Amino acid sequence: MISAGVDVGSKFTKVVIMKDKKEILGTANLRTGVDHHKTAQEAFDEALKNAGIEKDDVGRIIATGFGKSSVPFADDEVSQVVAAGRGAYFVRPSTRTVIEVGAEESRGIKLKEDGSVKDFALADKCAAGAGSFVDAMARYLELPIEEFGKISLTAQGGAAMNAQCVIFAESEVVSLVHQNVPKEEISRAIHDAIADRVASIVRRVGIEDDVLVIGGLANDPGFLDSLKREIGTEVYVPDSIAPELVPAIGAALSE
Amino acid sequence: MAEAVEQKEYWRWPETIWVDESKNWHDAEVISCGIDLGSVSTQTVIMTDGELYAYSNLRTGSSSLDSTERALNAVLEKIGDMKREDIHYIVGTGYGRVSIPFANKTITEIACHGRGAVYIYGNTVRTILDMGGQDLKAIKVDSRGKVVNFLMNDKCAAGTGRGIEVMADLLSIPITEVGPLSLKVDEDPEPVSTTCVVFAKSEVLGLMRKGWPKEKILAAFFRAMASRVVELLERVGVEPDFAITGGISKNVGMVKRIEKMLGVKALEPKIDPQTAGAIGAALFGRALYIKSQKK
Repeated sequence: MISAGVDVGSKFTKVVIMKDKKEILGTANLRTGVDHHKTAQEAFDEALKNAGIEKDDVGRIIATGFGKSSVPFADDEVSQVVAAGRGAYFVRPSTRTVIEVGAEESRGIKLKEDGSVKDFALADKCAAGAGSFVDAMARYLELPIEEFGKISLTAQGGAAMNAQCVIFAESEVVSLVHQNVPKEEISRAIHDAIADRVASIVRRVGIEDDVLVIGGLANDPGFLDSLKREIGTEVYVPDSIAPELVPAIGAALSE
Repeated sequence: MAEAVEQKEYWRWPETIWVDESKNWHDAEVISCGIDLGSVSTQTVIMTDGELYAYSNLRTGSSSLDSTERALNAVLEKIGDMKREDIHYIVGTGYGRVSIPFANKTITEIACHGRGAVYIYGNTVRTILDMGGQDLKAIKVDSRGKVVNFLMNDKCAAGTGRGIEVMADLLSIPITEVGPLSLKVDEDPEPVSTTCVVFAKSEVLGLMRKGWPKEKILAAFFRAMASRVVELLERVGVEPDFAITGGISKNVGMVKRIEKMLGVKALEPKIDPQTAGAIGAALFGRALYIKSQKK
């Protein structure tokens, strides 16, 4: 049977189409517009096209994400935690701790050996532990987001961010720039600050190997490097699929 | 040809320099000065024998040292014939207080705000809410202005001046007008769903696209920010009389909503409530000078 998972996130809408819960046939990733219905439909159509199949070939459609109730063509919904856990277990069965960092929220999920969710912790009240922080700072430093993530790796470390709020961090970055602190050091300080926030959420469920990082921020090598240092253990990202697609995979795997 | 676009700075608030022309400072025995170097604004207060004589309220620049020099010089210039050497004692306070090299002593802003609020509002005040550029403080004081308890939030921009500046810029409305404008709604709409200013920004962009009028957007925003402030106040407990100091005490949109949520009215200030910290510092300065002379 062919199933589809539709993950309507605050910034991006992701769709994954799977065959027999084993093989990924097609995916799509579109910016979530004002009209969630429309975006979900467009992303679904694009994933169908990439998979080379028709709508009628899909037996079951499961929605997840913050806008999961905005997918009128879905047969059912699944919570973000369950979807992320299932998807993580699929892409890396040895995963015991999932760290998901999206545009506006981050969560830590503890998995049992069979991949079911044992415990989770969530932060969605503050931008400081989410991808929006990186967006805001990269924009301020006038660096493309990819570049902002990469240069962090070349930093010596030493510059520190005192601000815990993204709004205050903006003013702090202004003064770091005025003090001629190199951009890579600023990038490192920001990544360290986000990693610190994310780690404090994940510590609430406990960190057990393997740690899999998913969500949009898992594409940022600077964040992964800071996170590794912060939690003191190796972190993995999915091997052959974009990390932001993992919850949509989990949705497609749901009953 | 590219057109030049004028970039307005909607967050800018007016600076003040004031001197009590009815007094002659030469008659005073003790001249004390308090400087409150905040993250966004710097106040300098000159007191003659424990009475307010002159003050300035200026923007804090990128250099703390330049900002304090500028703030003190501005007020001395306005007075005319007073020199720095004429001041007997200078107390620095505020988040940048360690960067005031010419201060005789530094004292925490919590202590100074408590003392200053009692000077401004009278000795019946028991609970003070200080809403500053980058932090919120809830302070409980006794009748002499001595701090008995306090709570502070400097981790988050919600309810602070900086958070409101961001919204003024986003909506292209001068900072002094956002408060009154937010009261021009028949009834407050539901607050924005988050107190995080970054998330509120994206929510407000959505409301703008939906065509909400600016006053309604501001009402929804201030309601969320006020709820955050009230949360902090309720943790220390509000005992009347209640007073508000700091820059945001001038924002009626915030003040009215906080009063409504608490069910308590704030006292009317007789003096610019943004100067509370500097007034407290100057009062401490006078006491410290008198003590030093007795030795």
